[in-house]
Amino acid sequence: MTEKRLKTGPDFIWRDMEVGNIVTEAGSAALRRTGDWRSQRPIIDKERCNKCGLCWLYCPDVAIKLLEDGYYETDLFYCKGCGICAKVCTREAITMIEEEEE
Amino acid sequence: MSKRVGLEASFAAAEAARMADVDVIAAYPITPQTHIPERLAEMVADGELNAAYIPVESEHSALSACLGAAAVGARTFTATAGQGLELMHEVVYVASSMRYPIVMTICNRALSAPLSVWGDHSDAMAVRDAGWIQVFCQNNQDAFDMTLWAFRVGEDPRVLFPVMVHFDGFHLSHVTEPVILPEQKEVDRFLPRFQYPFALTPDKPMTHGAFGPPDIYSEAKIAQEVAFRKSKDVIIQGFKEFGDIFGRYYHPVEPYRTEGAKVLLLTMGSFSETAKIAIDTKKNKGESVGLINLRLWRPFPFEELCQAVKDAETLIVFDRCISFGGPGGPVSSEIRSALYNEKERPRVVSFIGGLGGRDMAVKDFEYVIDQGREIVEKGSEELFETVGIRGEVTGIRG
Amino acid sequence: MDGKFIKFGKNLVTTDEFVAEGHSFCVGCGEALALRLACKALGKDVIIANATGCIEICTSPLPVTSWRVPWIHTLFENTGAEISGIEAGLKILMKKGKMPERDIKCVAVAGDGGTSDIGMQALSGAFERKHDFLYLCFDNEAYMNTGIQRSSATPYGASTTTAPAGKLSIGQTTWKKNMAEIAVAHDIPYVATACPSYPFDLINKVKKGGEVKGPAYVHIFSPCPTGWRYPTDLAIEIGRLAVETGIFPLYEVENGRYKLNIDRPKLRPVEEYLKPQGRFRHLLDGEIAKIQEHVNEEYAKLKAKVACFAA
Repeated sequence: MTEKRLKTGPDFIWRDMEVGNIVTEAGSAALRRTGDWRSQRPIIDKERCNKCGLCWLYCPDVAIKLLEDGYYETDLFYCKGCGICAKVCTREAITMIEEEEE
Repeated sequence: MSKRVGLEASFAAAEAARMADVDVIAAYPITPQTHIPERLAEMVADGELNAAYIPVESEHSALSACLGAAAVGARTFTATAGQGLELMHEVVYVASSMRYPIVMTICNRALSAPLSVWGDHSDAMAVRDAGWIQVFCQNNQDAFDMTLWAFRVGEDPRVLFPVMVHFDGFHLSHVTEPVILPEQKEVDRFLPRFQYPFALTPDKPMTHGAFGPPDIYSEAKIAQEVAFRKSKDVIIQGFKEFGDIFGRYYHPVEPYRTEGAKVLLLTMGSFSETAKIAIDTKKNKGESVGLINLRLWRPFPFEELCQAVKDAETLIVFDRCISFGGPGGPVSSEIRSALYNEKERPRVVSFIGGLGGRDMAVKDFEYVIDQGREIVEKGSEELFETVGIRGEVTGIRG
Repeated sequence: MDGKFIKFGKNLVTTDEFVAEGHSFCVGCGEALALRLACKALGKDVIIANATGCIEICTSPLPVTSWRVPWIHTLFENTGAEISGIEAGLKILMKKGKMPERDIKCVAVAGDGGTSDIGMQALSGAFERKHDFLYLCFDNEAYMNTGIQRSSATPYGASTTTAPAGKLSIGQTTWKKNMAEIAVAHDIPYVATACPSYPFDLINKVKKGGEVKGPAYVHIFSPCPTGWRYPTDLAIEIGRLAVETGIFPLYEVENGRYKLNIDRPKLRPVEEYLKPQGRFRHLLDGEIAKIQEHVNEEYAKLKAKVACFAA
């Protein structure tokens, strides 16, 4: 994941405010990392995965991405580690592991 | 050809909104403002005005509906008074901070309790700092002219602020006076079609009204304040353009027979017309007096005001509102503060009267001028004086 | 936005995400999921007016935004009025030829407090005036954004910070306000309840609500791990239990006609729903029985309404 930066803090001066504080760049919050909230992370076992997509469907954080081969991967830049994906997986293909474990 | 017709200020304001070809009107009835939305609803019903009229269930919703309509690029109008403006209060701040050029006429009314549907300036003063451009009208022609002008100035891409047009409840709203209505083609020349540059559309999705965390709120507010103060140039330009097309020239501060006057009286709204007669009477007696009509209330015309009063010895400021426990009427305290750092400045005497529909006759203004001059001569200024109150008013000085 | 779909049986779900990643909903937020699905149902030709609340705060921190559709937030209680202005504004601008004719859905989004408490008046006005809009209430059953204060949508027996369970109190002592029924009482063309545990049902209802001419209301059950105090991975199960116990039945009311979308021959005991949640942990058997009785009664009433319109 490439390092993304936002113009905030000392870089952002009052002249940078758009009229009426309007944000003209749609979806710009996608630059924000929420992966660092995580205390546990999902590990997807490709062997068990049947590409059903339920993990993708139920993820509140849009942190499961569909790959070209039809499998799914977690986007750890965003994944907050809630564990919903592991819970809804009918094949037990997703395990949550503690963040400090490698 | 323009035409001269007899209209209440309420109907004059409605005419202005019609000639401005407003797209959306959202309003809730409240005395003394009701004639404005009634007239507009009638125009829509009769096909004289092609607009959406939203009969909302409260004033809070009236201005909120205007926010929505303005956000998609509609020319938007509402009207209210007194309690209605108070109920709107939080929306009033949002409209200016989000830079929607809504035009709102206020038929100035007192605030409860006790309930009073009658006129004073308490409602206006309660939204003094809300970031709307605000002007006060002297008569029904003003009500028409200022309403039309309000669209022109508020919608200017250099401005994009909402505008409040104040005219006194009953004293103007319900009184018929001759009003000159211009031709539509003159109005169209003055008021170009509204193109809101940030309209909400799926073609270019924008976010209006994101919240301001502490690391950005201050910057947002300063940006708003700088833009708001800068709007004064366009306000003055708008007055000039209005005059060039319609022949009536307005100014932020309007002196009346002030040349060489030692004593000046400052009023706002319809009382200025009564005060003018008092000035004439006194001038005829050889007294050195003059009147200042303060038209532009926000952004406050500091420079123009200081210039207009600098040669006077006494400035009597007449307020139709009490700032409870404060330094006098809100207008006078503002003016004292505006003058404080000036080298040449008059003594300021604050008078409060005309509350909740209490009339001020010519002789009352003569009394105010006499009293004000005497107080300054004696050096006995209190925080404020009162006029027309039965019984001696004591205990005003802190 | 690539316009692709993922197939789930007969259901297609777009891969387009209209609320971007990087939002700040709590870990395991059921509401974030419900919103994501609802926005997929609505597509891009939409204008959303959002009341103050969790969704607003979690998606719009200046100077950035999560929104990929036009979106506006102004205040807490005025969303019904704001969407009225948006709808009326679009309509008249198109009528006057100031904007090309097209279909843009006007959608209001609010929480349970913003809907059934402070925003009720403005919403009632918008329903009554019959604006063409869809109102989505994301119900997490308390003021979660400000720290779990009770609302009129908080269920009986739940402990919140302003109606806490204590020696003398069971927490909330009143039954949840039935907002969907209040919407029905406005005689609007479409009312539905939905839950993200049933994603295709939710998507279909939001889609339908967006397409209906006139006001539509979808009340969306939004499990909240933070406020309801259950583990962050349980949102989907909690939602299912709410439906299967009859606590939050999934139904639709189209032009006044009721239809149950999921009807189990036998409801699961409410205890199964209450047990995993910390907010109900203090409830004794007597209170649970009382809740069971109330649920049975309400469910029977709903079934009677459905039966009214059965062919």
